[in-house]
Amino acid sequence: MNIQGISPVAGVLGRRGLQALLVAALVGTLSFFLMRMLPGDAAYRIAAGRYGYDLVSAAAAEAVRVELGLDQPWYLALVGWWAQLAEFDLGTSLVTGHAIADDIAHQLGHTLLLAFCAMALSLLIGPALGILAGLRPGGAIDRITLLGATVLRAFPPFVLGILLILGLSVHLGYLPAAGHGEATSVVLPALTLALGLAAGSCRIARDAFSQVVNSPYYAFGRTKGLSDRQVLLRHGLRNAAVPIVAYLGMQMVFIIEGVVILETLFAWPGIGHALIHAIFWRDVPMIQGCVLVFALLFVTLNTLVDLACLALDPRRRH
Amino acid sequence: MRGRHNPSRRRFTTQLALGGLAAGLGLPRPVIAHPNGDHAHDPLPATNQIPGVLSIVGPWELTGLDPSRAGFMFSRMEIAETLFDAADDGSPLPGLAARWTQSADGREWLLQLRPQARFHDGSPVSAADVVHALNLARTKPGILGLVPIERIDAHQDQVRIRLKHAFTALPAALAHSSTQILAPASYDPDGVVRGVIGSGPFRLTHLQPPQRFEVERFAGWDGPPPAIERATYLAVGRGETRALMAESGQADLVFGLDPASLQRLQGHPTLQVESVVIPRTIYLKLNAGHRWLTDPRARQAISLALQRSGIAHAVLRERSLAASQLFPPTLDDWHVPALPPLHHDLAQARQLLRELGWHTDAQGMLFRSDGAQTEVFSLNLRTFPDRPELPIVATAVQEQLRQLGIRVTVSLGNSSDIPAGHRDGSLELALGARNFAVAPDPLLTLMQDFGPSGGDWGAMGWHDPALDATLDALQRTRDASARQHLRTQAAQILHQALPVIPVAWYRHSAALHPRVNSAGLDPLERSYRLSRMQWSR
Repeated sequence: MNIQGISPVAGVLGRRGLQALLVAALVGTLSFFLMRMLPGDAAYRIAAGRYGYDLVSAAAAEAVRVELGLDQPWYLALVGWWAQLAEFDLGTSLVTGHAIADDIAHQLGHTLLLAFCAMALSLLIGPALGILAGLRPGGAIDRITLLGATVLRAFPPFVLGILLILGLSVHLGYLPAAGHGEATSVVLPALTLALGLAAGSCRIARDAFSQVVNSPYYAFGRTKGLSDRQVLLRHGLRNAAVPIVAYLGMQMVFIIEGVVILETLFAWPGIGHALIHAIFWRDVPMIQGCVLVFALLFVTLNTLVDLACLALDPRRRH
Repeated sequence: MRGRHNPSRRRFTTQLALGGLAAGLGLPRPVIAHPNGDHAHDPLPATNQIPGVLSIVGPWELTGLDPSRAGFMFSRMEIAETLFDAADDGSPLPGLAARWTQSADGREWLLQLRPQARFHDGSPVSAADVVHALNLARTKPGILGLVPIERIDAHQDQVRIRLKHAFTALPAALAHSSTQILAPASYDPDGVVRGVIGSGPFRLTHLQPPQRFEVERFAGWDGPPPAIERATYLAVGRGETRALMAESGQADLVFGLDPASLQRLQGHPTLQVESVVIPRTIYLKLNAGHRWLTDPRARQAISLALQRSGIAHAVLRERSLAASQLFPPTLDDWHVPALPPLHHDLAQARQLLRELGWHTDAQGMLFRSDGAQTEVFSLNLRTFPDRPELPIVATAVQEQLRQLGIRVTVSLGNSSDIPAGHRDGSLELALGARNFAVAPDPLLTLMQDFGPSGGDWGAMGWHDPALDATLDALQRTRDASARQHLRTQAAQILHQALPVIPVAWYRHSAALHPRVNSAGLDPLERSYRLSRMQWSR
């Protein structure tokens, strides 16, 4: 219990809940204005999205303009979107005519699956190697992982993805090159993303761990007679976990950036892919919907990180 | 196996490294030397295939179910049919309509449907269903807007189409995918398409827009049963991914290959690459109303500055695709071999511009002094990246026009920027790839592009009453030799006046997995010919 009588968990949830509301309203509105400020006539962009480059014409664009009422003043469109949002309705796509909530539910599922698999794979690779490197700073494992992490971080996910397709799919035939609908389709995009993530978390884990290993309490643990394994499990892991978990929160940016590029490369039907198309087609409600979901995802994941840190670190609870 | 080399692991590492290095350097697929000295022409990995399911990959995404939007995808997968089909040369073939007659004045057409045709929900295809589908199609943007339709109704068991005047291209318009016939159950009460219930040899079984759908053979199909039982279509946005899907054996038929990938796949030991020249032409659309481009000599000068064979060779990787005239030889009826070919002659181009008062400055750039004011010859060129070669061709054009002394800035945007710039008059130059077989008769495209007020993708600020008269006569004339004469006349007018400047023709290619025997590519891009394919083993 803290001074105000609110538990730290409720404090985190309340603060983040308020943040979520503000972020949703701000981000949706900002993307609305950004799209309005772009040069070019939205009716033509939407018509190009709907009918393709062979059939887009002024007549098609005018039909779109009339159908969607694109001539209405901007504030009416914005107020309309706010009103819909207040009723938890994201509207319909200007290009496909589908309900955006349905589309996003389908895409978000794919994106979350990809992000989850990538995160899980990266956790298997990154922190484990980082701990090994941190136990003996300057040792062989430390130097090899430093080189590996530098190389992997230097490769844009796009290039890494193509290299993995070439190796694992084209030459060895272990995995499908791209696409979705098969159980193994997620592996290559997830691995591409995971290698980049692991490169970061490996170094963070290594630094956190070498700090812990060199701390007085770790040395004290040893002097009081704990074995290597015992001191690692009791004093090492938990102390090193706090910066690692906090860093994982920051890696969300890397994941979001990664999915936007990798979903297109791997023909993965996620929300990043949808966002790119929506921007190209000037599908404003779809952009607002995608951006809103991204923003809320950020807030949710940061909340989870806060809660995890609270659970790991008793000092934060007071 | 501790302490010994694991050959498969070593091979994996080598391949991964070589594959990676090759990709990084843009090199073709590496060939690994086997211990016995042979080169491994590895068969395509079999693990990536799904047995019995044909996998088609292309760049086109499903943006809706309405025939006016993604109808072409359902036509290509042979899910939905149109009343007419087309032969490779564009001439009409029976589709859902088995027979047709037209009245002596050409204003009334009676179409008799295939008696055994059934929709995928089991209901027979009736004349009333066709009328329903066509009348809905008329309310949407599409090719039917060009057809002078007075009325469409059911006359006994036939479909009757009454026209305001004779219109010879009606079968071509009714072969366009926006005129697909879907079952009444496909539409909701507002006429919005909610499901695709067609009458083709394949039935839609699973739809996952915007990228994926599956089909299976329709048992109620009244034609010969196809050998392929199931197939999937997957939209893949990136050209390099599509090529890698072909190379990994995951996809059986891959469309939309960029020239560099295509060249690599042509050298592949097991994949086959099929190709066909299609009636699509890359051309420069220009604003002939622009004060510098009104004089035909200015347009001729631009045309003379283009080194078409260089562009065709370097970008499209095939010199013979350099356009010597607007219509490619594959459009037999419209290509006129007797026309003097468009050619490169920089000296003549400079001479023409000198006649128009342009002079070159010390840097070789063109300027014109009009009393106190001096203006430099600079133009903006719009293009779009949906067809990956267009931006590259645009920069080649930019450089070739610089050699003539014209400063060109290239704006890479959305395909709709071209019709939008046409309408608001801001467009100066544009590079597009026009498909003359959007409907199998190019007349429909020409009516859109070169009509009295120009066209979004065609003439701008240019109009020739003689061409209007020719296109109008073509709509009404049924006599074959008179039609041929009119087509030649239209081709000549466009060749001389250059309202658009042809750059290159097109070859349509696809990579084919050896487990499939193809039925050849459709030069009109109407069908994947799934129903005529066979498994090779």
